[in-house]
Amino acid sequence: MSSGYHIVVCGSIVPDPWQTLEPVTGPSGPALKNEMMLPAVLDPWAGHALFEAADLARRCPGSKVWLVSLGPKAKLQQVMMTIGQKAAFELVAMDGPANGFTDAAETAAALAGAIEGIAGLDRTRLLLFGGWESASRGAGVTLQLVGERLGITEQFQGVDQLSVQADDRFEILERIEGGCHQVSVCQGPPAVLGWATGHLPEPKNNPQIGMQNMRLVMPALQRAKTTPIPNEGLAFAEVTLPAQLRETRIVKDQSPEAIAREIVDWIKE
Amino acid sequence: METILLLVHPEADGTLARPALEALTATQAVAASLTDGRYTVGLLGSGTDAAANQIASAGAAKLLAIADERLAQARYATDAAAAEALCRAAGATVVIAPATARFNRVLPGVSHRLGGRADTHVSQLEAADGALSVTRWLYRQRLRSRLTRAQRPWMLLVDPGCHPAWQGEAGSATAEPVALPAELVVRTEVTGMKAPAADAQTIRPDAGLLFVAGAGWTKKQADGQTHVPDAEQLILGFLKQTRASLGSSKSLVDLGGEGQAVLSFLTHLNQIGQTGATPRHPKGLSTCCHGEEPHTVGWRFITERRAINTDGNCGWARGKADVLYIADAFAVMAKVNELLAAQG
Ligand SMILES: Cc1cc2nc3c(=O)[nH]c(=O)nc-3n(C[C@H](O)[C@H](O)[C@H](O)COP(=O)(O)OP(=O)(O)OC[C@H]3O[C@@H](n4cnc5c(N)ncnc54)[C@H](O)[C@@H]3O)c2cc1C
Repeated sequence: MSSGYHIVVCGSIVPDPWQTLEPVTGPSGPALKNEMMLPAVLDPWAGHALFEAADLARRCPGSKVWLVSLGPKAKLQQVMMTIGQKAAFELVAMDGPANGFTDAAETAAALAGAIEGIAGLDRTRLLLFGGWESASRGAGVTLQLVGERLGITEQFQGVDQLSVQADDRFEILERIEGGCHQVSVCQGPPAVLGWATGHLPEPKNNPQIGMQNMRLVMPALQRAKTTPIPNEGLAFAEVTLPAQLRETRIVKDQSPEAIAREIVDWIKE
Repeated sequence: METILLLVHPEADGTLARPALEALTATQAVAASLTDGRYTVGLLGSGTDAAANQIASAGAAKLLAIADERLAQARYATDAAAAEALCRAAGATVVIAPATARFNRVLPGVSHRLGGRADTHVSQLEAADGALSVTRWLYRQRLRSRLTRAQRPWMLLVDPGCHPAWQGEAGSATAEPVALPAELVVRTEVTGMKAPAADAQTIRPDAGLLFVAGAGWTKKQADGQTHVPDAEQLILGFLKQTRASLGSSKSLVDLGGEGQAVLSFLTHLNQIGQTGATPRHPKGLSTCCHGEEPHTVGWRFITERRAINTDGNCGWARGKADVLYIADAFAVMAKVNELLAAQG
């Protein structure tokens, strides 16, 4: 496409997967203990979407990438310091909750509203990207809802590859059952793509991109509107931490034969 | 009172696959508590007769079907319109469906069109005192939640492997036809499927055993050398004899992207964990994988777990496995393969 794509990536933050999570009951329902103290990272599958977006934009001149994020402002700022070095984008931030207990439909409404408000966004060239699931809510519904609100009916989930063909049509690979991919050809934007892992490694930090992004990130964070997510109609009857630990029997100083025999017996049980 | 609709789609051969039959069991249980056993089944596909006949004796009050050639392809625009039409025809307040890739793609969007809500990865449905609640996991299987919603319709995508599959006699059933709107803007064609070659088809959701390979298989061993070809042979030999499903750690699949020697049959689809899959198998055997938390969250639904690692301080030792064998996986798996071959 000669004029390029307008790629909007929806993605927020999640606690670093190394952190221990503990549910607590807050004034407005369940929450994580010390949530604001937990180190955060960009939601991994949304991260893949962002890296794929930046790569596509680089290959298609005239393209532009926006990252639309709803999350606690202070945490967003921390995460942008690192993510801002990896891919060129313009941030659109909203200050609100982004934990696993926030309603996906209300989040989608806020995201769609923010996208509609992006000055200069050409909706005929729009590619709406994001992770196919978050690592917090794991809902796998948010992007579809944003897509519906924006009237986009070409939607793909679990995307591992998007190739632009010579005639500007897209070939898209989506994950389906049994380790297979469904292959589709879409005439072009507007489309929604919920990314799985994609095929790009995480980009190395690039201080030049970082400086360029930061000029826009700080003002975007300052402009971030308070966006409450009231969770209307949603009630958590319980949130529990499953029993994690097993009694591990440790077998050492046994010959490979003896271990192999035990394993084979176990498999055949 | 709720009005319950089970949505299903036949596979390419015209029949309903296991996830659909599991969702049928879940639907029957909820209907027994909430609607005196009354529920409707909605079928969508290019042809739906065989599927309707397959569940003829399941006791549905009504069958609705959209059989339309445009549904031969699993794509958003047509599938969403079909699911929407079936939900409207049924007047459903609760919609239960198997969490197949096809339904995961479209039903959330359909919930928006109907003014309702959708929840995915539902592992349990409870109906007590006339109220429905569902169990789903948060934070990649770290926290378990049970929730209710006031909005209707409430669309529930039930994860495969959580309910027994319905079993019953096939028969002859007639479904009431529902029309798919004639004018639908369709800008996508499904052109095919990419499946690994038959001998590289290593992801087997129905297998009794998950075999996980970690990055250790590609690392320098006691002799200071790597032994990647041996590792490939041992792993493929084991998979061939056991028909186990193959999982991997992230580090191992990522090595491919970094240009290092890796096991040629592994892709990101094999990855288990935080940013990978969370399969359901009765048993799992981990080899040469450290058992770090971002990996082991993917083992949430593996019932019995064993690991082989040379390092007694690996994560598996700390309550993540039932048995940890401190041993060289190359040596053990060679013997395992020998024993399996001898037993035929
Ligand atoms: C945001 C985020 C998301 C992540 N998501 C995932 C995910 O989805 N899945 C995942 O797996 N990881 C994930 N990780 C990475 C995770 O933290 C670990 O880095 C990764 O799981 C390590 O893989 P490994 O155990 O195979 O490799 P290593 O840590 O390198 O461990 C190799 C192991 O092999 C053993 N070994 C070597 N030789 C032998 C032998 N001959 N016999 C027996 N044992 C041997 C060693 O003792 C060692 O324990 C994620 C990390 C982050 C930050």
